Amino acid sequence: MGLGFYLHQSFAQHALIAAALISIACGLLGPFVVTRGAAFAVHGTAELAFTGAAAGLLVSNDPVVGALVGSVVVATAIGLLGARARERDSAIGVILAFGLGLGVLLLSHYHGFATEATDILFGYIYGVSNGQLVILLAIVAVVIVVTAFMFRPLLFASVDPELAEARGVPVRLVGLLFLYLLAVTVTEAAQIVGTLLVLSLTITPAAAAQRLSARPGIVMGMSVLFAFLAADGGLVANLQHPTVKASVFVTFISFGLYLVARAAGYLLRRPRAHVHTVEAH
Amino acid sequence: MARSPRRDDFAASPRPAVSLRAATLQFGDRVLWEGLDLDVRRGELVAVLGPNGAGKTSLIRVLLGLQRLTSGEVLINGTPPRRGDHAIGYVPQQKGFDRDLPLRGTDLVRLGLDGHRWGLVKPTRRARERVAAAIASVGAGDWAHSPLGSLSGGEQQRLRIAQALLSDPSVLLCDEPLLSLDLGHQQAVMTLIDRLRRERNSAVILVTHEINPILPLVDRVLYLVGGRWAVGTPEEVMTTERLTDLYGAPVDVLRVRDRIVVVGAPDLEHDHLSGGHHHVEDELRGQQRGLL
Repeated sequence: MGLGFYLHQSFAQHALIAAALISIACGLLGPFVVTRGAAFAVHGTAELAFTGAAAGLLVSNDPVVGALVGSVVVATAIGLLGARARERDSAIGVILAFGLGLGVLLLSHYHGFATEATDILFGYIYGVSNGQLVILLAIVAVVIVVTAFMFRPLLFASVDPELAEARGVPVRLVGLLFLYLLAVTVTEAAQIVGTLLVLSLTITPAAAAQRLSARPGIVMGMSVLFAFLAADGGLVANLQHPTVKASVFVTFISFGLYLVARAAGYLLRRPRAHVHTVEAH
Repeated sequence: MARSPRRDDFAASPRPAVSLRAATLQFGDRVLWEGLDLDVRRGELVAVLGPNGAGKTSLIRVLLGLQRLTSGEVLINGTPPRRGDHAIGYVPQQKGFDRDLPLRGTDLVRLGLDGHRWGLVKPTRRARERVAAAIASVGAGDWAHSPLGSLSGGEQQRLRIAQALLSDPSVLLCDEPLLSLDLGHQQAVMTLIDRLRRERNSAVILVTHEINPILPLVDRVLYLVGGRWAVGTPEEVMTTERLTDLYGAPVDVLRVRDRIVVVGAPDLEHDHLSGGHHHVEDELRGQQRGLL
């Protein structure tokens, strides 16, 4: 059974659409994650999706809604505990450690199949239902609209918070809004591609894009493109070679793009350094 | 900008751009400064000096509307300060940008124009021209389109100044604009600030811990020390008598060629390592930079 056969199957189509939607949201937020140094926030909220899912299972037998509600709680907690960048990492660490413990406790009280909660840690890309696709589409639409709405204040606050504050940007509010967007996106992405891959789709493409351009708009566009190539490219490769897990392909493509971008960025930026040494003489 | 009509009625005497009346700032039990009176006219350059922890940056934050006075009054062009006031240009403390920051110099300057605005803003020609004019006025045209992270401290600082000038401010607040710049860049940045305040008739308040690089350009000095303060020309304030009085401890002010050296000024922050001689250390650090 070749690739053509799989592409006509709804499970494969759903997976490809879901991966594309996730790459849009992750690609858009990625450059801000990198600029704000919020990689640990991505990691923390992704892992805590497990706790939210466990709580959702216990309360209403619905891990997805549980994870989403949980992500909003986590983002609020991070925002309240870690106002300054320096405090933020330790705040996330504190919440992450406690949250995972809480997740284990919740899961021990659940007497159904625990795989529904652990799926969130590893993702289940080929099991995306119509309903999940609709939720994902709504979330991605919200991410696009809110990111466009607060693009400049968010960029300003990420680049130079003191200056932005003096210029009238509500820096804390903008930071909190960003955390909400990030937490919801990461949680939604985690249950489809898994916690592991969230970092591959959020941070790596943006980091690669930054090596190639310093224009905020172009970096965002390339970050989305790289995330898409990694996510959907990884799935297609997996359909052709089912013995290797999709996540392996996604992480490898993502990392490969990053290495290529680093090399290309080095070549791109060298001429300027050369001009400077000439001036210095 | 909305102005209080009550104040404009007194226009007979030219209104100061910045006015502090009996201004006191206190964090808990710690009094940063008390009963501070200061008027700064347009076109005037006032240097704010004092040891670490004396409340120099806090003064800037008060003028920006980011910090409330404990008591007293502060007015910018006759009205209380408010965040995002376009009459104020702000050059924050020099800090390096990340090498990989996805931002060009011109993008940073542009943020000074519309970085606070929500929603999509159509890029207009007028906005582009204003950004280009601000960049040209600080002589940063050659590197404004390069990634910020690849620029030297002096180049970044000029772009920060361009950003501050975009709204054609009547008040320019600079917090340690010369920090971590080498001597050549220090002079270039100061000459630039001086030229701009003359051309645009802006009031400049400049926080610094090294007075010597800016000494020829300073009209007046505001010296803050542990709750106390002194205002006057450098000749009036930078004397052994005045500073000994301010610090409440013997301090010597020496004039070495055309430089002022303050000896024996204790630091305010109670850490054991920097027991004193803050200014001398700064002087030495400045001279040793080439050796290290």
